[in-house]
Amino acid sequence: MTGTFLGMPAFPQAAAAALRDGRLRANLRHATHTIRDKRARAVAELDDWAELRAAGKAIKDHTLRHLDRYLVQLEEAVAAAGGAVHWAADAEEANRIVADLVHATGETEVVKVKSMATQEIGLNEALAAEGITAYETDLAELIVQLGDDRPSHILVPAIHRNRAEIREIFAERMAAWGRPAPADLTDSPAELAEAARLHLREKFLRARVAVSGANFMVAETGTLVVVESEGNGRMCLTLPRTLISVVGIEKVVPTWRDLEVFLQLLPRSSTAERMNPYTSLWTGLGPSKGADGDGPSAFHLVLLDNGRTAALADQVGRQALRCIRCSACLNVCPVYERAGGHAYGSVYPGPIGAILTPQLRGITSPVDASLPYASSLCGACYEVCPVAIDIPEVLVHLRERVAEQGGHPLERAAIAAAGYLFDHPAALAAAERLAGRTRALHPRRLPGPGRAWTDTRDLPQVPAEPFRDWWRRNRS
Amino acid sequence: MTSRESILARIRAALADPAPAPEQPIPRDYLRTHSPDDPAALLDLLHHNLADYRARVHRCTEAELPGALAGLLAERGSRTVAVPPGLPPAWLGAAAVTAVPDDGTLTAARLDTVDSVVTGCALAIAETGTIMLDGGPGQGRRLLSLVPDHHLCVVRAPGQVVASVPLALPRLDPARPQTWISGPSATSDIELDRVEGVHGPRTLEVLLVEG
Ligand code: SF4
Repeated sequence: MTGTFLGMPAFPQAAAAALRDGRLRANLRHATHTIRDKRARAVAELDDWAELRAAGKAIKDHTLRHLDRYLVQLEEAVAAAGGAVHWAADAEEANRIVADLVHATGETEVVKVKSMATQEIGLNEALAAEGITAYETDLAELIVQLGDDRPSHILVPAIHRNRAEIREIFAERMAAWGRPAPADLTDSPAELAEAARLHLREKFLRARVAVSGANFMVAETGTLVVVESEGNGRMCLTLPRTLISVVGIEKVVPTWRDLEVFLQLLPRSSTAERMNPYTSLWTGLGPSKGADGDGPSAFHLVLLDNGRTAALADQVGRQALRCIRCSACLNVCPVYERAGGHAYGSVYPGPIGAILTPQLRGITSPVDASLPYASSLCGACYEVCPVAIDIPEVLVHLRERVAEQGGHPLERAAIAAAGYLFDHPAALAAAERLAGRTRALHPRRLPGPGRAWTDTRDLPQVPAEPFRDWWRRNRS
Repeated sequence: MTSRESILARIRAALADPAPAPEQPIPRDYLRTHSPDDPAALLDLLHHNLADYRARVHRCTEAELPGALAGLLAERGSRTVAVPPGLPPAWLGAAAVTAVPDDGTLTAARLDTVDSVVTGCALAIAETGTIMLDGGPGQGRRLLSLVPDHHLCVVRAPGQVVASVPLALPRLDPARPQTWISGPSATSDIELDRVEGVHGPRTLEVLLVEG
């Protein structure tokens, strides 16, 4: 497909983008519905899901309430096990720390495990500016990186790409990054995965430095936990000599025992499995302090704030810091399903992104001020959230904060309209249906004052079926 | 002020609340296990759940173990087998393979050329179909069970089988590096189509040994 478009100007590009949008919605719909049904079955296997969820919520709330104490305890435990702990107030400082650590090894390449925190701080770009190449090793992240693209889902970042597009990206781009794709590559997922295996294996065997995030950090023991499926995480955590983990300060849990709650909640909520294929746990450099040749001989933990303490200061909003990034809320969200992950303008898409991003970045830009409106408050996200984050409550609260600061011209209009419509549910239903019928007439870019807002994103197309109708039909 | 001090100060300021709500204890009324206390049933459940996530599962007695391992390695056509320190020598006594013992210096590149690895484990969780390695005797360094394309793992029942995650954690030492394995490496990144085997061993075989 791209072959015919090569070198041609704007219109075909725009058409290709539009085409991909159609695919995006089809891919998203298929994907989110598949995962959502599987998740429901995985959760139904445990009679005590409600109790686990209550415990998960309580552990996280307790941790946040004593966050200073647990971070200091974690720091001591990691240091006692041979690790070095660094504190980064913002993205720039975190990137600086990682770049300096890599420079100190004399290396110019790092392998990376998929990590939301490093995407949030733009680590790859910062390293590139320092002459360091970061290789993403998660299959989906590889697809995103080779395609010069952006992730659109927390768990399945290339969910917007279909197999034919992935084949094309591999065939065209792998050679520029290392081992080329086989000449006769087809679009069968098994062949594509095999191409990725061979392409990346060469990098794993050569890599001297790895960068990861972590799903959990245990204050009492200094243990870090990475949950994954493909084994690229194990490769990165085990083979290189130096491991650098960049982790948000809210990822700490107090005790080893607390993992019994989260390692039941996370896999079933996330990939809808009883347990994900691989979970790696490590404590500093291990009992031998790195002398036994098992894993890295140097370990650095970079604790990242980058707006988290600002979220913590908001008594309603701070519950967003309980998030364990399972992505269950994305998969049930009618707005996400139609708008896609890119529309949220941040690495955190979907309902969690709508409440987390404005708190991490502050409600200063039009995009961030608009995020609390990217929801219908239907509450499906709260129902599935394994740590019971009341996302609708935080959305309403953040809307108030946007309104208090005067809002953006367009946001003011949105607030007024939303205020009226949410007060008049029948009017909302009618407006949605009307929009559905006239959707062919809706522009892809808003004119006039709305332009600044839509320039940063595609205006989600109005769904053919109002989501309230859709929701009523699908909820049963 | 260092970033450490400023982050901690910001946390304390964020949490400053003149009238904090009294703190409730963490409710831990979730179940310790979801399974009956019956070793035979647990072993069946482990078998089922491992197989459900596409591990190949076999069973034998202690006496049959060397023969069973030899048979599985022969069936796959494995000629070289990585061997972690502390693996009971009798286990591979009947196998017609070249053992590649790890003395702590085997490189990933070398392991990339061996056909199989045979390990024991620390524990297995029946409810989730998980085997847990902690680098103890017969398990070795983490790269041993990672780089070869075929991993054969021996689980001894009932001693190494627990029902649930809450029953497993107290039996593990947090200081030791751990790998929990539930089926072979897999990805669903391409249109959610599950493909087994990306970077870890593409074939996971588990031998459940009774008695
Ligand atoms: S907000 Fe809840 S459901 Fe959404 S990703 Fe976070 S933990 Fe999962």
